[in-house]
Amino acid sequence: MIVQGLIFYMLAAIMVASAFMVVTSRNPVHSVLWLILAFVNSAGLFLLLGAEFVAMLVVVVYVGAVAVLFLFVVMMLDINYLKVREGFLTYLPMGAALGVVLLCEIAVLAGGWTMAPEAMGLRAVPAPEPGTISNSQALGQVIYTDYVYLFQAAGLVLLVAMIGSIMLTHRSHPNVRRQKVADQIARRKERTLKLNKVPTGKGIS
Amino acid sequence: MMSQSLVMGPALPEILLAVLALAMLMLGVFRKGDTTALVGWIAVAGFAVAGVMTLMGSGHDTELAFGGQFINDGFARFTKVLVLLGTIMTTIMALSWMKREGEGRFEFPVLIILATVGMMMMISANSLMSLYMGLELQSLALYVIAAFQRDNLRSTEAGLKYFVLGSLASGLLLYGMSLVYGFAGTVSFDGLAEIANAGEVSTGVLVGIIFMVAGMAFKVSAVPFHMWTPDVYEGAPTPVTAFFATAPKIAALALFCRVMMGPFEAYAPQWQQVIVLISILSMVLGAFAAINQTNIKRMMAYSSIGHVGYALIGIAVGTTAGIQGVLIYLAIYLFMNVGAFTIILAMRQKGRAVENINDLAGLSKTNPLMAAAMTIFMFSMAGVPPLAGFYGKFFIFMSAMDAGLITLGVIGVLSSVVSAFYYIRLIKVMYFDDVVEPLDRLSGATQKAMLAISFVVILLFFLVPAPVVDGALAAAESLTGGTSALASSH
Repeated sequence: MIVQGLIFYMLAAIMVASAFMVVTSRNPVHSVLWLILAFVNSAGLFLLLGAEFVAMLVVVVYVGAVAVLFLFVVMMLDINYLKVREGFLTYLPMGAALGVVLLCEIAVLAGGWTMAPEAMGLRAVPAPEPGTISNSQALGQVIYTDYVYLFQAAGLVLLVAMIGSIMLTHRSHPNVRRQKVADQIARRKERTLKLNKVPTGKGIS
Repeated sequence: MMSQSLVMGPALPEILLAVLALAMLMLGVFRKGDTTALVGWIAVAGFAVAGVMTLMGSGHDTELAFGGQFINDGFARFTKVLVLLGTIMTTIMALSWMKREGEGRFEFPVLIILATVGMMMMISANSLMSLYMGLELQSLALYVIAAFQRDNLRSTEAGLKYFVLGSLASGLLLYGMSLVYGFAGTVSFDGLAEIANAGEVSTGVLVGIIFMVAGMAFKVSAVPFHMWTPDVYEGAPTPVTAFFATAPKIAALALFCRVMMGPFEAYAPQWQQVIVLISILSMVLGAFAAINQTNIKRMMAYSSIGHVGYALIGIAVGTTAGIQGVLIYLAIYLFMNVGAFTIILAMRQKGRAVENINDLAGLSKTNPLMAAAMTIFMFSMAGVPPLAGFYGKFFIFMSAMDAGLITLGVIGVLSSVVSAFYYIRLIKVMYFDDVVEPLDRLSGATQKAMLAISFVVILLFFLVPAPVVDGALAAAESLTGGTSALASSH
């Protein structure tokens, strides 16, 4: 138990520290790298909870896809980050004050936290007996049965995101020459190549 | 767990629309040429069919589907029909606008269908998770259509602003939900209601409810979460603004009613004061901030903030009469807005769209019929009897008086007097100012039809109010169980 506790505090501390660095570091590329560290640590926290499937998802999706995408965007867009940071110091006191107030409120909430008496029982309803089946199997059993409605709805939300990003950014350029695979495959020698017999000493007119 | 069969009959209209959206997407992508009109009219037909299915479905029962995630009761049916009506009318408006401006894109009707599916899911939500999925589906589609004119700086600004602030509101809502779940250990509305009725009140769950109220107040644009409304309403293309002002607002207010009267009904003494506060702030700000506006779309934005304030009175009251008032108000609000926005869409000088209030100057001389229609809509919004808008306000204020919320009712009446000022100023501009440049004549049969329908509904509502009033009563009873939530607290 003590080892687990120590690992938890280590992961949590590194995660909070790297999240802090994401916000404060000057170089945006460093920010993204700190973000990756935060993601990896959160994956570690999931592992500690026994949710190994979610942990792997976090690594694959957030580190592997999202963070790399961020990195590309940061490197490809020419944004003057010094300008974005203008006014950081002027807003700092106000922001810090708000943050401290929120922190105190959360502390009060967490300190006086009570649960409904039946909460623990209700919470365990959708979860199968731990240890009997694997993580991904347990997820699959509820996602495709009890929560199929939400699963389908999530699919629609993603579809809207896809339509939206295409609609807002895609432009058709009529003058662009595109590759037409079918035409290329259907090309025959006779249509493009002309064989001429060249008489000696005369050339082709 | 595996053996129970999947019940999805009650969600048939939603499933139909979702499948229709996919089919229309395919049609738009694979058919050559501009398919906006085709896709748009099929979408309108789909909405009509879904509306009929909603009306026909299973009389007065309350049905659950998808393992209790989805509820279809009288309340859901009433508000869904309102949402579908609003969507149909604004889609038709948008289609004729796109034809005129030559800005048609088939994605627009597809996104409208998906947004409507989201709204219907919100209305039928029976757990915190299905609430959130519906809300996100609707919001995400709305962010995109706000930025529909992507080469127009104001439209993209509107889309971006709506997106950033909307994400913040979603975050607040989710945070509140996580606190509620942490207290109760369940996300289902029935389970939450059971735990709430067991009597224990913890600080955690109250803070959670307040965060959820904040998130939903953003979606209905109630003060102090209204900042996005004027900018988005002004920047978005006018038919999109008309859509924003009707269907999503009705859906979000219905969701508000369901959440407050369903799972959190037992906490009513706690949340009532919060709703009273945002209601008063919305009414007062809606009345005073609209006075100075010169842009008619901005004025309508503030007017809609005010209207949301009146509707929130009904939720604050928390009785069957209050919810009935909200539903009647929403039904009438829908027609007033469709009418007013048809006129705003018709505001063109020499083929160019204009949107300043002063551009309406002297409309009574150049186009008396249009001026008369706008006058009726404005008087109705101000709540002048015997027009429909008066009845909406009447039922709301009566329910507040009956529940003993006299101050709230009085502030409502007073702010409604103040707001009458800017509605009537518009009428003054139309009737007593001199023509600077005449507006173009109304063109297109659909526009005229839309104007005629909303005109007749608003003008003659007092002759046959029964369908709306009785329907709203039945719907409200199905939500509150026919009892008044706050009866014991007064």
